[in-house]
Amino acid sequence: MPFTSHSFGIILGAGLTLAIYSFLYQDNPAFKIAENLYVGVSLGYTIIITWFNFLKPDLYDPLIVPVFSKAATKEPQYALLIPSLLGIFMLLRFSKSLSWLSRWTFAFVVGLGAGISIPRVISAFILQQIKPSLQPVFSGSETIFSSIDTLLILLGVISVLIYFIFSVEHKGAIGKLSKIGIWFLMISFGASFGYTVMARVSLLIGRIQFLLKDWLGILQ
Amino acid sequence: MNFFKRTIPLLIAFVMGVLMAMQYYVPHKLSQDLLEIVTRWDRIIAGFAVFIGAYSLFHLHWTRIKRRVEGWGYSVFVYFGAIITLIFGLINGGKFFWNDKQDGTMFDWFYYYIQVPAGATIFSILAFFIASAAYRTFRARTRESTVLLIAAILVMLGRVPIGNYISQYIPAVADWIMAVPNLAAKRGILLGVSLGAIATSLKIIFGIERSYLGGGD
Repeated sequence: MPFTSHSFGIILGAGLTLAIYSFLYQDNPAFKIAENLYVGVSLGYTIIITWFNFLKPDLYDPLIVPVFSKAATKEPQYALLIPSLLGIFMLLRFSKSLSWLSRWTFAFVVGLGAGISIPRVISAFILQQIKPSLQPVFSGSETIFSSIDTLLILLGVISVLIYFIFSVEHKGAIGKLSKIGIWFLMISFGASFGYTVMARVSLLIGRIQFLLKDWLGILQ
Repeated sequence: MNFFKRTIPLLIAFVMGVLMAMQYYVPHKLSQDLLEIVTRWDRIIAGFAVFIGAYSLFHLHWTRIKRRVEGWGYSVFVYFGAIITLIFGLINGGKFFWNDKQDGTMFDWFYYYIQVPAGATIFSILAFFIASAAYRTFRARTRESTVLLIAAILVMLGRVPIGNYISQYIPAVADWIMAVPNLAAKRGILLGVSLGAIATSLKIIFGIERSYLGGGD
């Protein structure tokens, strides 16, 4: 393979992969160097991407460029001074005397998020989740198994919700239902665990393929 | 001064919260424009927030280097990685940062050959840690933990060819677990979380929940 930036990149990537996997044996300097380098590169990447994807198109191009460039054809969007000011207020968090100004920014962001979330959560999560839970058990075309599944889902949703009601003592019928809720939760946690393990294993397979195929060329 | 430090932030949260909650129910162009404008403002503020995170990380590692704490030399690699990525990102393939992002630059090279392999490897390492944690904690002590263990094993086996070799029913059972009991429990959790999110949002809007203001005056 000729020595190109691509081949050097493969060697570097393989080196980093092996350095990080060396942690499986024990903590060592190679792992720590790779880990800290990754943190640094990720930080630099995040800052640059934030500039190119958010600050440049949403702030620099519509506000700064028209103000300072004579060739600009569009009028500056002065309304953008408001979020700029709020952004600067947030950075004042590090000032002892002016850190209280950052509260204005946090209040804006938190209030905005709270207001936006209320109707959308009601619509997208509560109503959209209740609707399929209350389907007819039998309308003519289903098999007996799908009807049982529909009933099981309804039982699962109700029992899990009852389990999370802590203002009522879990005794009698409530206690029995909350016990069923625990069983549903345990199956769900087990399923989520299995699913997560398999996702990580597929990443591991990807890294092994990278080492054997891209780096060593053993796999074709 | 208390008016500026406490009352104005609470007023801002109230006005923004009520305005945006109402906006959803007004099917008018002005309402849509308002949503577009404030979400754009939110993106700009989030952009500034990145610099707070960057400052915190730089400050942490600078303190480690300055005080020569154990392992301070590794912090130099954080600076090295960040500065070199920032430099190539700002140079932007010779077009510099005030022009649109160029493709195929050294900045992209850093992304493809350092960030992607290192990130994927770090996340794949979790497979080993999860397996080791599972070995230590997954003991069928109670009926509930046995159910959890069986569900996990069935889902894992159902996603790989060996599951089908053991029994042709295992993939079907794994799919059923995901589609019925797992779905029911997730739906119950989601409904609970949603109700909690609405309650918290209302508390923020009406100034009952004030922890976002931080401590002090």
